[in-house]
Amino acid sequence: MTDSTAPSRRDLLTMIGKVGGAAAMYQAMTALGHAAETQFTGPPVLSGTKPGASVVILGAGLAGMAAAYELQKAGYAVKILEFQDRPGGRNYSLRGGDSFTESDGTVQKVQFAAGNYLNPGPWRIPHHHKALLHYCRQFGVALEPFIQLNHNGFIHSSEAFGGKPMRYKEVATDFKGHTSELLAKAISAKALDDKLSAEDQEKLMEALRGWGVLDKNMAYTSSLKVSAQRGYDQAPGGGRNGAPTPSQIAKLQDVLDPQVWTAMSFYFSYVMQTTMFQPTGGMDMIGKAFAKKIGKIVTYNAKAVKVAQSDKGVTVSYKDVATGQMHDVSADYCVCTIPLSIISQVDMQVSPALKAAMKAVPYGGHVKIGLEFKRRFWEEDDNIYGGHSFTDQSITQLSYPNDKMFGNGPAVLLGAFARDLAGFQLAGMTPQQRIETALKQGEVFHPQYRKEFMNGVSVPWSRVPWILGCTSAWSEDNRKAHYKNLVTLDNRVVLAGEHASYYGGWMEGSILSGMDAITQIHEHAQAA
Amino acid sequence: MRRALLRLGALAVLAATPALADSPGGRPVKLALPDGEQVYKQVCAACHLAQAQGSPDGTVPALAHNAKLATADYPITVVMKGQGGMPWFSEMLTPGQVAAVVGYVRTHFDNSYADPVAEADVKRIATAIKGSEE
Repeated sequence: MTDSTAPSRRDLLTMIGKVGGAAAMYQAMTALGHAAETQFTGPPVLSGTKPGASVVILGAGLAGMAAAYELQKAGYAVKILEFQDRPGGRNYSLRGGDSFTESDGTVQKVQFAAGNYLNPGPWRIPHHHKALLHYCRQFGVALEPFIQLNHNGFIHSSEAFGGKPMRYKEVATDFKGHTSELLAKAISAKALDDKLSAEDQEKLMEALRGWGVLDKNMAYTSSLKVSAQRGYDQAPGGGRNGAPTPSQIAKLQDVLDPQVWTAMSFYFSYVMQTTMFQPTGGMDMIGKAFAKKIGKIVTYNAKAVKVAQSDKGVTVSYKDVATGQMHDVSADYCVCTIPLSIISQVDMQVSPALKAAMKAVPYGGHVKIGLEFKRRFWEEDDNIYGGHSFTDQSITQLSYPNDKMFGNGPAVLLGAFARDLAGFQLAGMTPQQRIETALKQGEVFHPQYRKEFMNGVSVPWSRVPWILGCTSAWSEDNRKAHYKNLVTLDNRVVLAGEHASYYGGWMEGSILSGMDAITQIHEHAQAA
Repeated sequence: MRRALLRLGALAVLAATPALADSPGGRPVKLALPDGEQVYKQVCAACHLAQAQGSPDGTVPALAHNAKLATADYPITVVMKGQGGMPWFSEMLTPGQVAAVVGYVRTHFDNSYADPVAEADVKRIATAIKGSEE
């Protein structure tokens, strides 16, 4: 026996479940003041820039454009080379009339009605992503709530509840109730006598009775009190038939299905907690706002081919993808925000350590599918306004539009958001197969699907030609071995992007890494 | 109890990997991948494409007619460890599935390396990878 406190705490956490444990941990951390919200205290103050100092930036995504904006403010001459014909990078939206080509040549044409869109990449902004919110505020990008946690969304497991989708509020209440009853039983059976004082046992029993909504025998049973959390059989009304009737609780065995606690746990994640936001009208409003602010410094359709550097400066060779002509741009420094999944296409003259780091970061292959329906049946028939439903099928989740609620006319629902094996599986299909799969699996939640379906578009990030992946997915080992080399100025070249941050896959990470990249450049330039 | 704990631990590791990315909630979906062909079609084809032709720019290499497949240890190592933008599959696929898909690719898409790939080969390489990381 070594430390006798560790196993007892683990036992306790196991019994009350991962969710209770996470909540308790978070409470303890905030009480101690350890959960600081952000590292962002404002953009870097770069003063005393030498006249004529210049920077070339590869990539007009958020990392590159935020870097450009601050460098310009500080007096640097800045140019951006962008491979695509638009700003934003992964910050973009697909609308009716857009078309989209996959790496195998398959073309999809988006047929959404005017005003409807899909955000294939980033789509939700945590309230503590203050660097991104700083620029949204400064540039006047209108934000609206992203609903995220919806107690009326569905949880579906093919292995529990007879395969029937349950409402989140039902299974979350039942999980809490059943685990509270079990813990109360363990206390009554004196199983925790050596872990908890009599006084603490009493306090915990009181908490379990209230938190778990247990009855007078400390059991979790169907009642009107429980229904006041999980919902009723007949909801409260007015007048003569106003009395509510209780709903029937689910079995313990069903709520132990991992679909229940993983969904509950998801909403405890730091980056997934409410309040969350989205730009009104589409995520690309942010990229467009940046592009407007930095002015005409972006050369589009420019594919960087080579980055050469000396002690004096950097020369980037790029190909105009429209004409095929080669050009050079020279500057004092280079910020390279090209995703690491395609960086091998650029001949980068950098140190062996940075080269090794650039090869050390795998990318996830998420898939999103947008489905347009004739009407908002999820609102009209199912009382679901924004938020998500989760399933153990490949589509993984549905997400309901957070805007224009109660509207008439067609609306776009996110019909799949898949990662890992499920993401690869959907990506490997044809667009028609993906839509059919999304309809078939989504019908589990909403039998209205087939009748109301109009059209759909799927974005398999593994097959998006300009990135061939979705977001960086550092392993802990590679992070340890390579992260510092990846983010450190290499003579005259510095990398930036979500991959150069601890916020992989988030716009906040892109911007914060851009800020650190230009801080390093400025320090180096001032020291010269 | 102890076994249940261990099982939960394994799930938690899977769920923890993409926690920082803006990823979907719920548990990672499990797929039925009974043989090498299904592993290729449902997993590898996402990036290497249906005919194993790779991306047009060559960034995702073609597996079709690929001389690097001559020694099975090489593709097994790449699948288990990942390479460049390709993730490591040691936590997503079983050793049996890795052996099956490497065997499938080595005998399809204009490759004809007939010597069989065994689960034991995958386990041997997994052990070697672990050793080199410590």
